[in-house]
Amino acid sequence: MSLIKRKPQRRVAVIGAGLSLFMRRALDTGKELAYYAASQALQTAGIRLKDIQAVVMATAPDAFDGVHMKGEWLLDGAGGVGKPYLRAYVGGGSGVFSIISGWMMVASGLFDLVLVVAEEKMSSCQPHPQGAFLTIFDHTIERPLGPNLLWIFSLEQQRYMAAYGIRNEDIALVSVKNKHNALAHPAAQVAAHLTVKDILDSDVVAWPVHRLMVSPISDGAAAVVLASEQVARRLSDRPIWIQGVGWCLDTSYWGNRDLAYPRYVEKAAWMAYEMAGVTEPRKQIHVAEPYDPFAYKELHHLEGLQLADRGQAPEDLARGRFDRTGELPSCPSGGLMGVGNPIAAAGLMKICELFWQLRREAGARQVPGNPERGVAQAWGDLMQIGTVAVLGVR
Amino acid sequence: MARTRAKPATARAPAPPYVPLRGHPLNEEEFRGQVGSTTWVPRLEYAWDAGVAISRFLDGLREGKIYGVRCRRCGRTVTPPRAFCELDFKPMDEWIELRDTGTINTFSICYVTWDMKPLRVPQIPAVIEIDGTSPRVGFLHLVGGVRGRTVTEIRRQVRVGLPVRAVWKPPAKREGAITDILHFEPVRKRANR
Ligand SMILES: [Zn+2]
Repeated sequence: MSLIKRKPQRRVAVIGAGLSLFMRRALDTGKELAYYAASQALQTAGIRLKDIQAVVMATAPDAFDGVHMKGEWLLDGAGGVGKPYLRAYVGGGSGVFSIISGWMMVASGLFDLVLVVAEEKMSSCQPHPQGAFLTIFDHTIERPLGPNLLWIFSLEQQRYMAAYGIRNEDIALVSVKNKHNALAHPAAQVAAHLTVKDILDSDVVAWPVHRLMVSPISDGAAAVVLASEQVARRLSDRPIWIQGVGWCLDTSYWGNRDLAYPRYVEKAAWMAYEMAGVTEPRKQIHVAEPYDPFAYKELHHLEGLQLADRGQAPEDLARGRFDRTGELPSCPSGGLMGVGNPIAAAGLMKICELFWQLRREAGARQVPGNPERGVAQAWGDLMQIGTVAVLGVR
Repeated sequence: MARTRAKPATARAPAPPYVPLRGHPLNEEEFRGQVGSTTWVPRLEYAWDAGVAISRFLDGLREGKIYGVRCRRCGRTVTPPRAFCELDFKPMDEWIELRDTGTINTFSICYVTWDMKPLRVPQIPAVIEIDGTSPRVGFLHLVGGVRGRTVTEIRRQVRVGLPVRAVWKPPAKREGAITDILHFEPVRKRANR
């Protein structure tokens, strides 16, 4: 069954990208971080803020900052003053949802130039930003049990492992790969040369999750400039096209779901693939940036994205298929496990990475061959949303 | 005001974005002491209504019963109960008293609090599939009645697929809450489904 009514007629391109440093804690405010990334994206697109017709800002829970309606508060740093402005917010899925929202604004014909900014400053939240997630659980039947965010991820990882007989060594390899990839990323916060043993020797925080299988607390921002086809061709000699977008949410009764497989990611992926004309993802996708806030999530998401068979992603990883020089490079940026996880910004950082990879500008991070199409994906809320964007050179 | 440690912006990094990235990382000492930061402790209280369906579920727990609801259109029996089927978007058709036994769908052994303080005795959260529901339907609870504190000791007694039974608070102490079930404990022999 078709997941979209018809293929949108107006094409949308990414013509500029920018980042701030990703840091454990920054002196810079959220507005300042957003400004760094946004101004850099405008600069690389060769335009100025006055050329921008509308702005999308993605930022995750207000509780991180202790500022209610922080989308409005961050407006100035995102360049949204006096313009149509939209906050895109679907938890961890926000970063990729921001470009989907911007895409809708341009594809609809409303605007020709849209600035998309994603910012997160987690370090303000004391004593630990995990506190912001204590209130995602049902107030009557879950919170009295004292759940925290680590519970649900360790529960999901364990279900994934039990369903397919996956070992923790296989999952630790994600941390090794991504932290290593991030050594070549100038924004990276937690890049490192580590071994599987180092990962498994780190403390168990919530078995089967070890400390080095969890992405860090981060402050940072990312931004891209979107343009309509006509404007993109005028402003850029190498626009990168948004070929397809998709998103999907599963039930909030998460105890009623199959935690071993993210079917909502599959649905979001097929929506984006259909729009992009992708029928055989494993052949037609050349570089992937799946969401990796926890080590197992990259594998889980590669399966949801149809880039590995169910339960087989760990084996593919072990034989090098997802290395930067492998058959399907996955998280060549270094991902959230290596570059860092300022939540909304981390998702948009993945779009920035595809932009550079597909323009073959990625330098020390460049994947070999001539990648023509990539997919980026983010995930969040109560383990229930998949946001997917397919980008390509034509 | 802060003594900012300007990060040495490396001259032209060998990878994109090829420009010095902005940002001023702070170390712990700077964050705790020298930075002009302010703090605020929120004080808010909420009085939540349990809702039509969960109220009845909680009443059941007080009586030592676990309720589910059934939708005749999709044929699902689910718990926690809900007033309407979220798939068929119609009222649920009947209330069903489930057993107080089930199966561990997945579990974890958590050694930290939410603010990353170590726990001497780990918590064992689990998704428990409740007997009498449709396949793979359950809810979050805790596993108890397990000896030992290490991963090895606990994994010897707890595994995915293990039959478990609710351990209830004494009737006089129940208050119509999810915590009227203290935890689920492993059972050797399970009743027929
Ligand atoms: Zn139904």
